[in-house]
Amino acid sequence: MECLLGIKFKDFVLIAADMTATQSIIVMKTDENKLFKLSDKLVMAVSGESGDTTQFAEYIAKNIQLYKMRNTYELSPKEAASFTRRNLADTLRTSSPYHVNLLLAGYDEKEGPHLYYMDYLASAVSVDYAAHGYGGYFSLSIMDRNYLKNLNREQAYDLLKKCVKEIQLRLAINLPNFKVQAIDKDGIHDMPNITHADLK
Amino acid sequence: MARRYDTRTTIFSPEGRLYQVEYAMEAISHAGTCLGILAKDGILLAAERRNTNKLLDEVFTSEKIYKLNDDMVCSVAGITSDANVLTNELRLIGQRYLFQYGESIPCEQLVSWLCDVKQAYTQYGGKRPFGVSILYMGWDKHYGYQLYQSDPSGNYSGWKATCIGNNSSAAISSLKQEYKEGEMTLKDAKALAVKVLVKTLDMAKLTSEKVEMATLSRINDKTVINILSNKEVEELIAEYEKSEAAIEATKKEQQKQAV
Repeated sequence: MECLLGIKFKDFVLIAADMTATQSIIVMKTDENKLFKLSDKLVMAVSGESGDTTQFAEYIAKNIQLYKMRNTYELSPKEAASFTRRNLADTLRTSSPYHVNLLLAGYDEKEGPHLYYMDYLASAVSVDYAAHGYGGYFSLSIMDRNYLKNLNREQAYDLLKKCVKEIQLRLAINLPNFKVQAIDKDGIHDMPNITHADLK
Repeated sequence: MARRYDTRTTIFSPEGRLYQVEYAMEAISHAGTCLGILAKDGILLAAERRNTNKLLDEVFTSEKIYKLNDDMVCSVAGITSDANVLTNELRLIGQRYLFQYGESIPCEQLVSWLCDVKQAYTQYGGKRPFGVSILYMGWDKHYGYQLYQSDPSGNYSGWKATCIGNNSSAAISSLKQEYKEGEMTLKDAKALAVKVLVKTLDMAKLTSEKVEMATLSRINDKTVINILSNKEVEELIAEYEKSEAAIEATKKEQQKQAV
């Protein structure tokens, strides 16, 4: 029911997550933050079992901070993705696996922007754009049609809006708010939320 | 006096020393010499080979230089059997990191992890410390080419050029004299290594079976590790002898003119 979106461009990545927290069929709140800051230029969007998501995201975030303390330098997005996947894979076959799906967006000084798609079975892929949840059925085709590597920030945000609009129009589930962040060479930037009201 | 405090490795003497650790260092100062030189375009390790018996079956191509992973090589001075345990541990640490993070371990981290193992034997247990000093050469994306040295106490340090083993202090002082910072190429480093080895090994003639040499450099964004063949080492030695002869000749010439 939840939805995560991510799109990678030439020198930045956009990442978005719906802000709805549900408990079975009940909407508990619509201002939940599902984007976790892992380091200065790394963001993780998580969905899945509600306790697991926070627990797992915080565990990874703290370990990435620990690495920075020990070694002065940070993990690159590629290393962080590998580390995240390893943790997910190791717990997968224990009696208490994490049930989380996630997107990992980051910027590397040398290699530029990165976007990784990872699911609860610990498969990880580096992609140009990706979506988790039912929202993917509506937004991926829009991205296929309109994605260009060298869109600027504004055009990219519009593309994301287009995807969210379609989700809100066609998906039977109510996802009124999406939190959006951009990651580039200068770090993580909050973008305005995409809300139901915006799209009228 | 010493006997009261050196039966266990982990007990300080009244002067605040750990005798077993110092003995281990002493053992290394009798072991085959190893030296490392950092150049602009790569790094080099050279080691003295002690076991040269013509009856010895040549099972190993290199006896003291070990590849640790795609980006690192080490050379050891000390008890070979201890060194085997440590190189095995180094490779495990490297692979463990690769398994977790999907990239080669940064050089200093590998050295640091191994030194934690070495240090433990100076504090826990009732066993003896490892009688091994190690020179590491490697490349990583954070700090480029690096050269490290570690000793039995678990201390480690980074160097531009250094030496461990027999007669190492003499070798270090001549490296200090001859090392030109920021100007050395790998070719210069090879020549310097031969020159310093000839001085420190104190042999009438240096032969290729007495020396092992390996280089590490980056070509097209890939680390290339090259263990020099006997022939290549021979050529380096010949080159050195030629240049020495030339210097000798000019000296004689000058003396003649002075007279």
